[in-house]
Amino acid sequence: MIPIECYFALSALLFFIGVYGFVTRRNLIAMLISVELVLNAVDINFAAINRLLYPGAMEGMFMTLFVIGVAAAESAVAIAIIINVYRNFRSDSVDAIQNMKR
Amino acid sequence: MFSYTIFIMLLPLLSFLVLGLAGMKMQHKVAGLIGTCSLGVVTILSYLTAFQYFGADRVDGVYQTFVPYNFTWLPLGNLHFDLGILLDPISVMMLIVISTVSLMVHIYSFGYMHGEKGFQRYYAFLSLFTMSMLGLVLATNIFQMYMFWELVGVSSYLLIGFYYPLKPAIAASKKAFIVTRFADMFFLVGILTFGYFVDSFSFSFAGDIVMGQGTTPFIESNMAKAVTAGGFIIPTALVLMFIGGAGKSAMFPLHIWLPDAMEGPTPVSALIHAATMVVAGVFQIARMFPLWIQYAPEAMSIIVWVGVFTAFYAAAVACAQSDIKRVLAFSTISQIAFMMVALGVSLPGHHGAVLDNHAQLGYMAGMFHLFTHAMFKACLFLGAGCIIHAVHSNEMALMGGLRKYMPVTHVTFLISCLAIAGIPFFSGFSSKDEIITACMAYSPVVGWIMTGIAAMTAFYMFRLYYGIFWGTENVEAHTHHTPHEAPLSMTVPLIVLCVITCGVGIYTTLGGFLGWGGSFGSFVSAAGTDYTIHFDAQVAATSTIIAILSICLATYIYKGESQPIADRLYKTFPKLHRAAYKRFYQDEIWQYVTHRIIFRCVSTPIAWFDRHVVDGTFNFMAWGANEAGESIRPWQSGDVRQYAVWFLTGTVALTLILLCI
Repeated sequence: MIPIECYFALSALLFFIGVYGFVTRRNLIAMLISVELVLNAVDINFAAINRLLYPGAMEGMFMTLFVIGVAAAESAVAIAIIINVYRNFRSDSVDAIQNMKR
Repeated sequence: MFSYTIFIMLLPLLSFLVLGLAGMKMQHKVAGLIGTCSLGVVTILSYLTAFQYFGADRVDGVYQTFVPYNFTWLPLGNLHFDLGILLDPISVMMLIVISTVSLMVHIYSFGYMHGEKGFQRYYAFLSLFTMSMLGLVLATNIFQMYMFWELVGVSSYLLIGFYYPLKPAIAASKKAFIVTRFADMFFLVGILTFGYFVDSFSFSFAGDIVMGQGTTPFIESNMAKAVTAGGFIIPTALVLMFIGGAGKSAMFPLHIWLPDAMEGPTPVSALIHAATMVVAGVFQIARMFPLWIQYAPEAMSIIVWVGVFTAFYAAAVACAQSDIKRVLAFSTISQIAFMMVALGVSLPGHHGAVLDNHAQLGYMAGMFHLFTHAMFKACLFLGAGCIIHAVHSNEMALMGGLRKYMPVTHVTFLISCLAIAGIPFFSGFSSKDEIITACMAYSPVVGWIMTGIAAMTAFYMFRLYYGIFWGTENVEAHTHHTPHEAPLSMTVPLIVLCVITCGVGIYTTLGGFLGWGGSFGSFVSAAGTDYTIHFDAQVAATSTIIAILSICLATYIYKGESQPIADRLYKTFPKLHRAAYKRFYQDEIWQYVTHRIIFRCVSTPIAWFDRHVVDGTFNFMAWGANEAGESIRPWQSGDVRQYAVWFLTGTVALTLILLCI
């Protein structure tokens, strides 16, 4: 059986890869993928903790499914926004849309 | 019964809106016809109102007051501002005066303003003025009167400045507006004082005015307030209102705007600055007359002496002016002062609160003179317009000998001059004579001064008449084209006004001598009762003889080809002539007081304070907010990744803090 620390290590790794990607990538799609990585890291934590520490309960699993659902909706919205941004700015770079603040 | 009177006010308003908004797309003729036709209907309605009103039965010998419309426009606790229509003898009389003169001016302007740029705008402003003036006389309370009072001021401003590319016109319109506004400030303060202490804006303590009937009695608390306020407050308020009226009616020393207002088109001078707007002050005193009589009889001597001085001053200046419109303007000031004096001398006698005979006489005479003066002075101004139209100048020096070229203008002008001079069988005689009789009864001093001023009136009017129509023909000025009689649209109004002047004159003079009833006094009198005019034979004879003597003097001096006596007088008293020509330096004194004293000693420091301290405070606050904004502006970079880094750093920091605790 894989010890719980390995799950934690994997999820922490995935989480920081996601954060790093979000901060460093300019491409909007790449940033979206990074956010998905962060969410998946959280999912792994939920599933692992539920399975290994509280085998009788199901709340962690539900939470995982819930997060997957929300992530799907979020990426649909985000992709819609990205397509519109691309149509308007002819670019998918986050630098191109800095003037959205005005 | 009088529900149609609302159209008297709505029609000119409507034609103002139509001409003002769509006028520029219209032909000149169409615009003029719209204005004139709507005014024609207003005139018919006014005459109908007068016919029905004076035809209605009197109750206890008094004409009833009708209020066909009155609604509360703005309630403020106990006080309320109302708008409505009030019909009583003086407002109905004013309806006749305003609509008649205004219609004549509308017709006359077809000829006078022919082909002028802005013809439609001119008619729009005339409609606006007529509406405001009618609203002023029909007002049911002081506040409504004040609103329309300001509106006539605005329309006067617009019409004086009609030739706006010309600098003098602009300056004159500004002067008229500022001077009258300055006086109106006192009027407003008076109204507010009155309203604050008495809790009402009505014209009298007879009661609040209610639609559909005359008046309802005041509630008791108001009456009590009025009695307490009666001692000092009401006279103060009335005198403040009189200052407003003095500004509008060009009483000394607020008269300075009226001579300059002659820069406007001549028909406008006839309508606004001779017949209607300038008598608004007289009308105001007449409107507040019950209050004056009851609460401030002593203060009425202010009106008398301001009037006497103004009448004398203006007559003296008129003797030396060379611009024909200026002569007429000063003559207007002088004649309005006559009306003021007439109202001022109508004190109650020693019979307590009941108005005795000569109290009635002064009031009646003032209103009568207002009526007759409006007609003959409008005629004089319109005649002057014809002359200016023919000669293309206002200067008397360029005229002379015009009687051959302009017969109609000549005859009508002569008749009006005779009327203003006070020759029997012309309307001015009857009204001026009543004024002098009333003055004699008040105090012989005032009476004799007014007789002397009446003589001066006859003198300067005939100086003007001979200067224009007799004397040497200025051939040089006629080289371009010989003067010609004005077109029909301009002469017909002259004839109509002249017929009114003669008709009223013959009727009242004969009626006075033969003791007929039914003259002016039976329509308009202070108490609303039938007042029969009795001629005082002594006064009538004296003033007629004096008037004839001064006409003879004017004839002797000014009729001839050359004027040796006038020249010699001029050489003997050059300083006096110069002072009179310069209006005794009144404008210079005002200029000095306003510019040197008020502007320099009061306004400049206040302006400095405003610019540096008040503006400085706010500028500092704005600068602070701006700087703060600038300094935090970079935080909002718009760069998503930067936000993410801040967010992450914050989260990490918070986590660390929580862990440490």
